[in-house]
Amino acid sequence: MNRLSLAWKLYIAAFYLFLFAPLLVVAIFAFNASPFPSPPWRGFTLEWFTGSGAVTGKPGVLVDPIWLDSIGNSFRVAIPVALLAVLLGTVNAWVLERAEFRGKTFVAMMMLWPLVIPGVVLGISILAFFSRMANGLEDWLQTDLDFLRPGLPLVVLGQLSFILTIATLIIAARLRKFDRSLEEAAFDLGASRARVLRTVTLPFLSPALIGAGLVALLMSFENFNTTLMLVGSESPLPITMYGQMREGASPAINAVSLLLMLGVGGIASVFALTSKAER
Amino acid sequence: MTAKPAQRLTLFLLLAPAVLWLGLLIVLPHVEILVLSFSERVAPRVYAFGLGNYLEFFTEPLYWRTFARTAFMSILVTALTLVLAFPIALYIARVAQGRLKAMLLLLCLLPFWVSELVRTLGWMILLRETGVISYVLLATGLTEQRVEFLYNDGAVILGLVYGGLLFMIVPLANALESLEPAIVEAGYDLGGSRWTVLRRIVIPHAMPGIVAGSIIVFMLTIGNFATPVLLGGKNGLWFTEQIYAQFITRFNWPQGAAFGMLLLLLSSAIVWLGLRLTGQSLGTTLKQA
Amino acid sequence: MASSTDLDIVNVTKRFGAHAAVDDVSFSVAPGEFFSILGPSGCGKTTLMRMIAGFEHPTSGDIRIRGQSMLGVPANKRPVNMVFQSLALFPMMSVGENVAYGLTCRGVSRAEAEERASRMLDRVGLKGFGERRVTALSGGQRQRVAIARCLVLEPTLVLLDEPLGALDLKLREHMKIELKQLQGTFNTTFAYITHDQSEALVMSDRIAVMNQGRFEQVGSPRELYHNPETPFVASFVGETNRWQGEAAPASGGAIAVRLPSGAVVQGQGRAASGALAFVRPEAVALAQDPASLSTLPNRFEGRVSAVLFDGAASSLLIDTAGFEQPVRAVLPQAGPLAGIHVGAPVHLGWTADAMKVFAA
Repeated sequence: MNRLSLAWKLYIAAFYLFLFAPLLVVAIFAFNASPFPSPPWRGFTLEWFTGSGAVTGKPGVLVDPIWLDSIGNSFRVAIPVALLAVLLGTVNAWVLERAEFRGKTFVAMMMLWPLVIPGVVLGISILAFFSRMANGLEDWLQTDLDFLRPGLPLVVLGQLSFILTIATLIIAARLRKFDRSLEEAAFDLGASRARVLRTVTLPFLSPALIGAGLVALLMSFENFNTTLMLVGSESPLPITMYGQMREGASPAINAVSLLLMLGVGGIASVFALTSKAER
Repeated sequence: MTAKPAQRLTLFLLLAPAVLWLGLLIVLPHVEILVLSFSERVAPRVYAFGLGNYLEFFTEPLYWRTFARTAFMSILVTALTLVLAFPIALYIARVAQGRLKAMLLLLCLLPFWVSELVRTLGWMILLRETGVISYVLLATGLTEQRVEFLYNDGAVILGLVYGGLLFMIVPLANALESLEPAIVEAGYDLGGSRWTVLRRIVIPHAMPGIVAGSIIVFMLTIGNFATPVLLGGKNGLWFTEQIYAQFITRFNWPQGAAFGMLLLLLSSAIVWLGLRLTGQSLGTTLKQA
Repeated sequence: MASSTDLDIVNVTKRFGAHAAVDDVSFSVAPGEFFSILGPSGCGKTTLMRMIAGFEHPTSGDIRIRGQSMLGVPANKRPVNMVFQSLALFPMMSVGENVAYGLTCRGVSRAEAEERASRMLDRVGLKGFGERRVTALSGGQRQRVAIARCLVLEPTLVLLDEPLGALDLKLREHMKIELKQLQGTFNTTFAYITHDQSEALVMSDRIAVMNQGRFEQVGSPRELYHNPETPFVASFVGETNRWQGEAAPASGGAIAVRLPSGAVVQGQGRAASGALAFVRPEAVALAQDPASLSTLPNRFEGRVSAVLFDGAASSLLIDTAGFEQPVRAVLPQAGPLAGIHVGAPVHLGWTADAMKVFAA
């Protein structure tokens, strides 16, 4: 009895070590004064964050235009994705929870579908379809339609295709918990329809709207599979990281990873706090 | 007393985003690659209907072997993830209480909010010939020289299992959570051994969670790209890589589209088979997740 | 007196498909009256209330408030406010904001709305609660906030949809009295719906008993209890003994009912062949000595089969010759029969006036 539970506890300890070992290593080697992110330890340095490249041969993350541009590109994708996901996800949630029409179950099933399509397939299908549209429209309009070609706008659409499902589910789950009599009560007390929405329904949904927005932001920031198929010349962060990792990167990649972890940790704690407030 | 046309207009406006989204980003693109996969190049910029892309898949051993290998390894990874995750989920759901429980679950979640690439980078630093594990082994005298742990199937499986764990633990823990302690106690009370109780009561109860977790992990694994490529190197041989190569490197879109359709078919077929074998439905499974 | 009604329901019918949830109902409520609609769940009382509030629209008929037809007037424009079954307090707002909500909707300035809300909170005994979150209140306090939120708008009519349903027994008893007092101090007209006869009996000036979309009877609590007009009212309002039998001729304006066993009981009412007879437990007189019951037309002999002790509401079940079911009577807790126990022989009887007879 005791031996079993001891073994169980040891297993759990080993598991959490296994879980955090890679992240820990990434974080530690961000500060190693060596041109490669591997042992031995050559001393502590912040060069990989702020260095100009004079000492290590390569500039640190916060001054290197490659990394700064990638981070910028990631934001240029993630912010529109998050905003669109929340906006359209709210409308979709309304369709799922409030509207009554024939074929609703079919629409609900369709909304789940993007979750069971591999990201790579999602990427190539959108790439192929939009290229055909671009070809057709360009011949017809006699003009270039660059936003339909691989590039950040297409990445936004590609990521939105499945992130919207997740945003919809998060918002619909909250809307389902909403007590309709609150809306009736507000209406009964003299509020107009618009006022009911603004003062009662949306405030109730707001934790889910914030949550869905943050989840969309994170998922967009770290999406790799779909993005890879749709990028043009401007790479978001994961694509740049992938390229550097294949070439054998300098510890600058550890530095950027650490920044990413801190950012994610920050967003995750905001998320945890809002979901606690929800309860 | 809302007029009928106004209601229809509202419904139409509400449905518009969903129709645009599902139509333009999901349905039509899939129709496009389906059509594309059946077109063959007969002359430069001239295409005709044909099964050539699918024939190419079956006649070129590299393609179908990679395909079979991806399928087999994905199933293996799913099974391994399930076995590794079960004791953790059981502990979180049934043994840990209060703050410890919340913390264990949160600690589980944290690494997975970090990019897949960061996690893979960590494993590369640990496993490569000049990496941490090799260095420690040499320094402690356990090995005579540097050992390469990277670029083999073991590394790929390790990376994929690592990436799938969370998606297994959460649905499992949710399913186990709902099991009433009294039922387990009744199992013991009626003379069941630890093993019988686990096999006859706990596992059947957790079945929806097991199926949900397995399907998610399987889908993520078979569709993965970065982990097998980065941890497996030339030996990674993952089917998504073939799709990428056809589309981006060789610019042979019809061939890549055919591969995409095959991958979609394979993952759908295995998910369907898994659901059939365990008697679960997709709706309840997704709800569990 | 002619036009001095707050609410007039005129031949209102509401159909859902072929089913009539409310079937040709008419009634009026006078200013300051506490009017209850009592009925089992599914009788149509909620639909009726939602039509008055403006959430449903009658298939036919008219709803008038102070003589003004409300047809086509949306819920947010009616001088009617509702206390919901779930109370529907806005969880995202403080107590004060909840009470001020309706005022701000009317365009009252924020400062004035807050001022009036806090004065209203004082009046319902929640002085200084304005800043609290509604989730931090007790059940009774939430109840009062929900009512204050309506009363602050000075509506012609307050509708209450079983607002006590979610409370535990003790608090419910307390809130009954408090609601009645609140209604008295504000002198606002209340329309209250409930399936709980005790709530209706204690609080109401008048009660309408509703069944299957129709009103069975409208009257004061005493009228309903003592002079039910239909068998449904007789059995739904209060505890009662109920027997089925054949009507038989009797002398002196009374009606006799022959029970299946052959026993004959005498009561008041009308029935042609099949008859239903009702007697309240408290109308059943008990004695050890048959002589003291000799003036009663209905006299029987029985044996106590069960004592159902419930404080002041205790009763006795008496196996009585001639009756298939035991007769229910009030447990005597003083006098010679106090301490009566199971198996004890007892004589019982009741007057003809105490037994109501209806056609079955």
